[in-house]
Amino acid sequence: MIDEYRRTFAAFAANGGGRGPEWLATLRRNGMDRFAAIGFPTTHDEEWRFTPVSSIARVPFTLAPQPTMELSAAEVEPFRFGHDEWPTLVFVNGRYSARLSYRSVLPPGVQLRPLSEVLESEPTSLEGTLGHSGSLDGTSFTALNAAFLQDGAVLSVASGVELPSPMHFVFVATRDAQGVMVHPRNVVQVGDGARVNFIESYLSLDNESSYLTNAVTEVRVGSGAWVEHVRVQRESEAASHIGWTEVHQARDSHYRSFTLALGGRLSRLNLHARSNASNTETLLYGLYLTRNEQLADTHTAIFHDHPNCRSWEVYKGILTDRSRAVFNGKVFVKPEAQKTDAKQTNRNLLLSEGAKVNTKPQLEIFADDVKCTHGATVGRLDETAHFYLQSRGIPRVAARKLLTYAFAAEVVNEVTVAPVREALGRLVWARLAEGT
Amino acid sequence: MALLEISDLCASASGKEILRGVDLTVNSAEIHAIMGPNGSGKSTLAQVLVGHPAYVVTRGSVVYDGQDLLDMEPEVRAQAGVFLAFQYPVEIPGVTNAYFLRAAYNEIRKSKGLEEVDPMDFLDLLEEKLKLVEWGPEIMQRAVNAGFSGGEKKRNEILQMAVLEPRLAILDETDSGLDIDALRIVADGVNALKRPENATIIVTHYQRLLNYIVPDFVHVLSAGRIVRSGGKELALELEAKGYEWLTGGAEAA
Repeated sequence: MIDEYRRTFAAFAANGGGRGPEWLATLRRNGMDRFAAIGFPTTHDEEWRFTPVSSIARVPFTLAPQPTMELSAAEVEPFRFGHDEWPTLVFVNGRYSARLSYRSVLPPGVQLRPLSEVLESEPTSLEGTLGHSGSLDGTSFTALNAAFLQDGAVLSVASGVELPSPMHFVFVATRDAQGVMVHPRNVVQVGDGARVNFIESYLSLDNESSYLTNAVTEVRVGSGAWVEHVRVQRESEAASHIGWTEVHQARDSHYRSFTLALGGRLSRLNLHARSNASNTETLLYGLYLTRNEQLADTHTAIFHDHPNCRSWEVYKGILTDRSRAVFNGKVFVKPEAQKTDAKQTNRNLLLSEGAKVNTKPQLEIFADDVKCTHGATVGRLDETAHFYLQSRGIPRVAARKLLTYAFAAEVVNEVTVAPVREALGRLVWARLAEGT
Repeated sequence: MALLEISDLCASASGKEILRGVDLTVNSAEIHAIMGPNGSGKSTLAQVLVGHPAYVVTRGSVVYDGQDLLDMEPEVRAQAGVFLAFQYPVEIPGVTNAYFLRAAYNEIRKSKGLEEVDPMDFLDLLEEKLKLVEWGPEIMQRAVNAGFSGGEKKRNEILQMAVLEPRLAILDETDSGLDIDALRIVADGVNALKRPENATIIVTHYQRLLNYIVPDFVHVLSAGRIVRSGGKELALELEAKGYEWLTGGAEAA
C-alpha cells in the first residue's frame, strides 16, 4: 500500500509537484518519507483507538486527473453563504478554479489567493510558514498532506484591518471523484489588531462517491486580533474526511471557531489551539450529526502555556441509526499558566438504540491557581419538554424535531455573522427533517 | 351540554392509585376551584386532563365538548382548546419564546383548517397579548423559560394562554411562589381572558388567588375524591378552618 503512494508521489513529483522552490520539494519529500515510515494509524494508536481507518488504508487513492471535470457556477451556487459579493475561492477536486471563484475588490492590506498562485509568484513568501509547522509534520495524515500539498486558500490580513465580510473557501468534490484524494492546505495569517471572519466548506456533488479529503489549515492570529473561523464539512456520506486545524494565538487575541460535521462515512477533525503569550481567549463550538453507518470523530487540544488565558469549548452531537461519534478534548495547562480559565463541555443526544458515543475529556493541569472544568453527557430527548410542547398543540413528531433542533441551536447560535448563522441553522434543520 | 363532564375518574402513577373516582361537571362561563391538601390528587387531576403519559386512567370517563377526551393525544386536546398552565413550566434552551408560541399558535390554526400566520403578523398579535402580562417584546427573543424566575415562568404560562385562547383553561398551582405583584398580573390576565363560551379550573392549595379570581364553585379533593363542593364561601371557610375537618386527616397537609 505504501508503495502505491510512493509511486503516486514519484509521478506527482515528476509532474506538477516537481515545480516550485527547493524548500517546497524538501517539505514534500520529508512528508512522503515520514508517511512511508509510519503508514496509516491503527486502533492500537491511542489517538485512533475508536476510529479505524482501514477503509482508507485498504484502497490506494489517486490524485485527481487534470484538468478536472468542468462545473457550472450554478452547481456550486447552493453551497455559497450569505451574499453574492462575499469573496469566495472555489477548489474543484483540490485545484483552484479561477472561473468559479469570486475575488471582489479587497480592502487594502488584504490578500486572498490560491496557494498554487502564491507558490508560483512568490516562491519564498510561505517558506517560513509551511516549512515550520511544528507538530503538523508528525502524523500520518499531515505528513501525507505535506507530501501532496499543491493548492488551498491563502488569506493574509494586515495589522489593524477589519474585513467587511467573511471570506469563503469552498472545496468541491465532483461526481467523478470516486477513488480520488485531495490534500488542501490553507494558510490564514491575521495581523495585530485585525478582525477577520472566514469559512471553510468541504462538499460533494454526489452523496455516494467515495474519495478522501485530507485537509490542513493553519491559522495565525496576531496580537489583539479577533478571528472567527467556521468550518463546514458536508462531504459525500461515502467519503472519508480528515481535517487538521492548527491555531496559533498571540497576546490578547480572540479566536473563535464553529465546526459542523454532516458528511463523510468516516470523518476526523483535529483542532489544536496554542497561545504564545498571555491573555488570549479561545472559543471552540462544534456540532456533529451522524446517521446510518457514519462515524464522526473530533479531537480538540488546547494548550495553555501562558498565564491569564481563557478557553471555552462546547461540542454537541446528535446521532441516529447505528452511527458513532468520538470526542476527545484535551486541555493542557503548564505550571506557569496561572489564572487559566478553561471550561469544556461535550453533550450528545442519541436518537436510536444502535447509536454510540465514545467521549473523553482529558485535562492535564500543572498549575495550581486555575479554574478548569469539564463535563460530558450522553442522553436522550427530555420527555418533560416533549410533553410540554405537545400540551401546547405541537404534534409529537414535530415536537421531537423542534427539541432536537434546539439542542443543536445552542452551538449554531454562537456564530456571530447573522447570514452565516441562519444558513447553518437551515442546513441543520434540513438535515434533521430528513431524519437526522 | 356541559363543556367538561368527568365521571368516576380513577388514575394511577407508577402503580399507585391517586384518583379514586372523581366526578365533576364544568359548564361554559364557569370558574371552578379545586382545593385540597398536598397529596390529595389535585395536580394529578390536572395532568390527567391534558394527557400526561406518566398517569394511567384505570376507570371512568371524561367527555369534553361532546368528545372522549381520554382518547385524544395531548396535542389534539390542546388543538381542541384544553390548556394547562403548568405548576412547573419546563425550560427549553435553544427555542425562543417567539418561535415556540408561533409554532403552537399555527398548529392550533392548522387543526381548524386556518392558514398559518407569518412571523410579522404574529408579532402584531403578540403586542396586545404582551400588554396583558405587562411585558415588552424583548421577552420573546429569550429561550422558553430558560433562566426565568418563578414569577416569570408563571407569567409566561398566562401569556401562552392569552395567545392560544383555550376554551378550557386549567391553572395548576399558578399562585405558588408568586409575590403580590406577580399574583395580581397573573390574576388580571386570567380575568381579562374570561369569555362566556370558556371555562376555567383553578387548582390551588391556598385561598389567596381566589381573592383575585372569584370562583363560581369550590371543590375539595381528598384522597382522590371530591369530598365537598360549594360556592366561593367554602374557600374562605377552608382558609379559616384548614382541611382537617373535611378530610378527617386522610392525608398529612
